[in-house]
Amino acid sequence: MIRIPVANTIRLRRIALRQSYRFALLLLIIAVTVNAALQSNFFRPSVLSDDLQTYLPLMLLAAGQTIVIIGGGVDLSVGAIVSLVDVLVVRTMGGNPGASQVFLAIGLGLATGALAGLVNGICVAYLRFQPIVTTFATSFVFSGLALWVMSSPGGNVPPGLVDAYQANLLGLPVVLWVMVVVLVLWNFLRSTRYGRYLYAVGGQSMSAYVTGVPVSLVRLSTYIFSGLMAAFTAVALVMSTNTGDPLIGGPMTLESIVAVVLGGTRLSGGQGGVAGSLIGVVILSLILNIISFANIPTWWQTLVNALIVLLALTGPGIVALVRRKL
Amino acid sequence: MMKRLRLGSTVIALLLAIGLFVLGGLVHPGFANYSLAINILRLAAFLGVVAAGQTLVIIGGGEGIDLSVGSVITLGAILVYQVANGSDVMVLPALIVALAVGVGIGAVNGLGITLLRIPPLVMTLGMAGVVQGLILVVTQGRLTGATAPLMVALITSPLAFEIPGVVLIWLLLGIVMWMLLERTPYGKQLFAIGVNRTTARLSGVRVPAILVLTYALSGMLAALAGFVLLGYTQRVFLNLGADYTLPSVAAVVVGGTLLAGGQGSYLGTMAGALVLTILTSLLTTLLLPESARQIVFGGTLLLLLSFYGRQHRLRS
Repeated sequence: MIRIPVANTIRLRRIALRQSYRFALLLLIIAVTVNAALQSNFFRPSVLSDDLQTYLPLMLLAAGQTIVIIGGGVDLSVGAIVSLVDVLVVRTMGGNPGASQVFLAIGLGLATGALAGLVNGICVAYLRFQPIVTTFATSFVFSGLALWVMSSPGGNVPPGLVDAYQANLLGLPVVLWVMVVVLVLWNFLRSTRYGRYLYAVGGQSMSAYVTGVPVSLVRLSTYIFSGLMAAFTAVALVMSTNTGDPLIGGPMTLESIVAVVLGGTRLSGGQGGVAGSLIGVVILSLILNIISFANIPTWWQTLVNALIVLLALTGPGIVALVRRKL
Repeated sequence: MMKRLRLGSTVIALLLAIGLFVLGGLVHPGFANYSLAINILRLAAFLGVVAAGQTLVIIGGGEGIDLSVGSVITLGAILVYQVANGSDVMVLPALIVALAVGVGIGAVNGLGITLLRIPPLVMTLGMAGVVQGLILVVTQGRLTGATAPLMVALITSPLAFEIPGVVLIWLLLGIVMWMLLERTPYGKQLFAIGVNRTTARLSGVRVPAILVLTYALSGMLAALAGFVLLGYTQRVFLNLGADYTLPSVAAVVVGGTLLAGGQGSYLGTMAGALVLTILTSLLTTLLLPESARQIVFGGTLLLLLSFYGRQHRLRS
């Protein structure tokens, strides 16, 4: 008898989780349809692969941001971490590196990203600073460091790295495999005890604390994940842009948050998932694509894009409002 | 107790501002002189005007934040620039147009947040993009217009004791904000909403109306900031206001207003704006490279947060 309500809540929770993706999927289908109608070669494998190469960096960043947001925080420093790791990797590789130096540079970049996340995490989880202002403050430190490492865009990376980014593996683009790995790892993570802790901390930190969840540790870990994913983003950017840029990550911070919200993860935490955010990134990019193919006058493009994004962000709210009024 | 805490953080911020200024004078002779102090006040005034709206929004609680202010500043400045077009007579109509547009944008933010229940961060972030788009449509990429001499006289030129008008405007705004928050029903209701929305609603506060009004005020104050900023720069560019968005939030927090809402004061925000401006000026005066400036700024901000940006322990 006692089990029934538990089963019910689990079922309700599953439905809620499924719903978080539903709107994003609907938007995706609309965006793909419109895009395919406007762009005749949209479904050609080489075009799709090119598109995916462009999306991947923001996807990786949004995946990390999702974990922080599910845990009840937000990370405004991810863009700065991307910039820092980007120039650090290029700088460490130097002009003509051997294989070991390339791995060293990437390893150093990933470690730096995780370390930056650790700093954020300690401030938020253990010193109890508020996430928004903390990560805003650390973003200055990270972007300052990025400028210190390399004050203007430059440097180049070995052609092998660029080729690797564009390569195919078992008939499918490497970038697609990376996406699949991210999704598989995320689904594994979510099924572990850590995954349940993550949702509990974001949803009801007080009850989580009372029931013995190591709240601070989980919070700390979300920022490390986010820093690490920002570092992977930077590596992907280095491989796709073939150069270093100390300002490259700046605009990506807010884009990552928009992608996460578009994907159905609520900013209040405790709900959502990485798959939705990846869909969110695709939607964002498709909207831009559609606008450039739709012959909209140049000066109206930004407004149209922003209005569509705003509509997509407020969509679930509008649906809920209509339901309440009915 | 709450009153004391609030006063306490304001005093800390003020002392910090003075301390930083004196420190500036010690490490760099010539930093702490009268004309530089006036210049700092002038620069702090711009941040202070934007942060006034941000203070209201944050006091209102519910994760209130307005990330659209930067774009609204730019739009406000561009509207004044184009409508007034260098004519003194048109300054007032231009200001009214800019403020009205600011109110409209803020009201849409407020409606989205209350009616559609969109989180403020998401709503105002989306709105920032829309306003950026509006700017491109309004200007078509050409920034034509001019700044009226009257604006320069009112805002930039020294009035008495070398003090420019913008500082007096800021002081006036400070008094208005104090009256608004402490002496009007609106202020009391805003604090009540910030502390607890449900109890506020149950005790008869019309929560959605107050919140829409608050975001509208924030939009209006951002447009006003665009107006005064234009009087100083005398020309506009497409990212004029961009660098004010997150610093306005930082000024509010440094001034002791809790991001959780329900507690804070504009006097604190004014002190916070001073602290941030003095810090920036000091770092510029020391001729540090951009990288070092950013690192020190971020580090100091973190240090300031450790004084009063902290949340409660879960245990307590």
